Parts: sequence; structure tokens; C-alpha cells
Amino acid sequence: MNIIEVEDLTTTYNGHTAIKNISFKIEKGEYVCLIGENGSGKSTLIKTIVGINKKDSGKIIKNIPPEKISYLAQNNMIDLNFPATGKEIIMTGVQKHKCLPFYKKEDYKKFADVCKLLNIEDIINKQISDLSGGQRQRIMLARALIRKPDLLILDEPCSGLDVNITKELYNILNKLNKEDGLTIIMATHDLEEIKTIGVRVICLATTVKFDGDIKDWKGEM
Amino acid sequence: MNFLIDLLQYPFIQRALISGIAISLCAALIGVILVLKKYSMIGHGLGEVAFAALALALVLNLPEIYIAIPIVIIASFIILIISQKQGESGDITIALVSAGALAFGVIITSLTNGFNIDVYNYMFGSILTMSTSDVIISVCLSILLVIVYMFFYNRLFMITFDEKYAKVCGINVTFYQFLIALFTALVVVIGMRMMGTLLISSLIVFPAIIAKKLTHSFKGIAVMSVCISILCFLFGLVISSLLNLPTGASIVMVYIGVLLFSSIWKKVIG
Repeated sequence: MNIIEVEDLTTTYNGHTAIKNISFKIEKGEYVCLIGENGSGKSTLIKTIVGINKKDSGKIIKNIPPEKISYLAQNNMIDLNFPATGKEIIMTGVQKHKCLPFYKKEDYKKFADVCKLLNIEDIINKQISDLSGGQRQRIMLARALIRKPDLLILDEPCSGLDVNITKELYNILNKLNKEDGLTIIMATHDLEEIKTIGVRVICLATTVKFDGDIKDWKGEM
Repeated sequence: MNFLIDLLQYPFIQRALISGIAISLCAALIGVILVLKKYSMIGHGLGEVAFAALALALVLNLPEIYIAIPIVIIASFIILIISQKQGESGDITIALVSAGALAFGVIITSLTNGFNIDVYNYMFGSILTMSTSDVIISVCLSILLVIVYMFFYNRLFMITFDEKYAKVCGINVTFYQFLIALFTALVVVIGMRMMGTLLISSLIVFPAIIAKKLTHSFKGIAVMSVCISILCFLFGLVISSLLNLPTGASIVMVYIGVLLFSSIWKKVIG
């Protein structure tokens, strides 16, 4: 079953065409990486899919409900001095239809599960400004995972992070894909990491230049 | 102490106390969102718009508050829309709108009676002249704001922290932005009687800035801002009564004192 279908998608960003006539389909359980040089349209495509950017033309068909889709932005996209604890941030992930500042028992259960999965129990009560880049990104990943999504969309989640933290995050994502069947779409520059995992890559340069298994991809970015 | 107890016997002090606490509470709650979203100057900008609206109301001999409320609400929406649609930063839009409004207000005022006592009172505040209807309006506003803030707490937090993520989650970000703009406008108009159009922004920004220094969670800042705001108001009111100083300016001086103390405290404690 196709979890998402993109048909002839074109998006303009800051006055220029960032992506043009993009088409692909992603099946449930696939691990797909969007690669390409800076300015190739990876982030624009991700943001168009999740609804942050408006498309000019084309179709995006999502065959799952919105609450089963989650999103993780780049590491540097949040206000680092914002006064909020890791716990406060993670809990916003379960709040799709809830307003009041109260949580159900099942929400706390999900919270405990995701903290254990990402090994962040000891940092959840700290302010985000007191955390390292890797710890912060694990908190943001926890926020994305607490709603138990079927589709996780990530926009260069490891940019600015050191090699060890990057490896750790890739291991977590790989485990979620292989063991839990989580569908992943990720814009990335980390070719070495994704080569070891073995994923489908879509290489962008405004249009799709390559779409297939990373083992078959010979090009340079 | 006897002096303070005697003061509380006067109806105008009772009215000032009730409406001052209500307005301080509202300003503190809305201020947390504005300060953290880096819209600190919106209170100042809307204060200038309120001044222009008041000048117009005085010239047309119409009830000030009923003219100011719709004009300031429209101005806050305009600031929001221009900031979003045209990609201008919030501060630039606020500067443009407030400068235009102030110029309009000054021209209107100078073409008529000049800076008479009514205009002066609205520019610098006159909490002791608040009427019973002012008290009712400010108490109703504070009750409404607390209910809305509580009910939409999680969504307001999401939008304040990470607007894009809120959008991805399917939350109607624009609706909540307009809600914030609406309450900001109401707080500015109702609070200007207490603080004056020139000082109303201090009531909005100081409590959140001080609370941000003392606590590290969003919920903590919201609660602490309200406490700081009400305590500083009470302390400012007492000082102004004892020393016969303008109330709005006294409250601002108390805020500055508390801000300095909290900055030193943070440096010492870490």
C-alpha cells in the first residue's frame, strides 16, 4: 500500500522554483532518503509534504490520517533560549486534539515508553538551553515519536551534530524502521550513514535525478 | 500601616485595587506569549495606536474606550497580517504602525485643544480615576482571558514554542495568532487607563522577562509572571500613594528594581 503519493509537484520558494514536476510513491514500511546538494529542493519538498510550504501545482496524496504523521525539523530550527523543559516539549506531541493543560494516564505511559526508547530519562526535566545539540535533538525526536506515528518525516535531523550523535540517531531510526515498520522519509547529507543502512534514495536537483536503491546510485551530489 | 488601611476605605482606591489586579493578571499572561514569541514591542506599538484612537474620540466627543477598542484590535490584526504575508519582521511592522499612529494622534490633538488633561491622563495613566464600569470591564476581561488561556494552554504553548510544528500537527495557527492579537489589543486598551499609553507595554513585558530569569519551564513562567505582576502592581500602588507619585511610573520603577534584583540573584545563585 502506498502511504504517500506525490504527483507532478512544483513549489516556488522565495521567488524561484525550488522543486519542479516531482513525482514518486512511497510504500508503507519504506525508508526513503532525499539527497542532493544545498539548494536542490530537499527541505522545500519535505516542508511542502508536511504543509509548511504551499505548493504551486501537483498533488500530494496521504493515505493515512494526519495524526499518524510526525515531523522532525533541523537541529537549529528551535529557539535555544526558550524556557521549557524537555518533558513539556515532548508532551506537546500527544496533544493533537487536546487543549487543557492536563494529560491522561495513557499519555504518561507513552511518555515513559518514548523516554526509555531514546534513553532520555535523566534529561527530561532540564531546560532545553541546558542540553547539548544531540540531547536536544533526541528530545525533539521523542516529541515526534510519542504520538506513535506510521510515517516519520525528517528534515536533515543531524545537521550540526557530531559523528557519534549522528550514528546514534541513525541507529534509532533504523531500529524503528526495521522492528516497528515505521515509514521514514528523510532529507539528509549523511551519505556514509545511509549507505551502511541500505535505503531507497531520491536524488534531487530541482527535479528527480535518481530514484532507487542506494546500492545502484553511482552519482555525485 | 494605618495609613494603608485608611486608604482602603476610599471607593476610588478599592476600584483601583480590583481593576489593577485584574489588568496585571491579564497583561502578565499575554506578556508571556508575546515576550517568548519575540513580539515584546507590540504593547508599545498598540499603545501609540490607542493614543491616536483616544485623540480621535476626544475630538469627535465619543466614548474613548468604545472607539479605542475596535481601532486597536484592527491595528493588532494589521500588524499580524503584514508581518506574516509580507515577510516583514514583527518589530519593523510595529515600528511603522506605531510611528504612523503617534503622528496621527499628535496632529489631531494639536489641531484641537492640544494636550489637555484627558489626553495627559491617557498618556501617563490615572488609575485613581477608574470608574465602576472600568472595574467591571477589567474583571470580565481577566476572567475571560484566564478561561481561554487555561482551555487553550497546550496549543498556545505549541504555537509559542514551535509554530511550524503546530501547523504540521494540523492546528489552526492563524486562529490562535488572531486570538493572541485580540487579547493583546484588549489588554492595551483597558490597561492604558491604569498605566497610560506610553507605559502600558511595561505591564506586558516586565513580568515575563523577570519570570524568565527565575524559572525554566513554560508553566513556571506563566504562574510566576502573574504573581510578579500583581505583587509589583500592589507595591507600586502603595509607593505612589505614600509618596504622592504617578501610579503607572511607580509600578514601572518597582519592575525595574525587581528586574535588577532578579538579575543579580541569577548571577549569584547561577
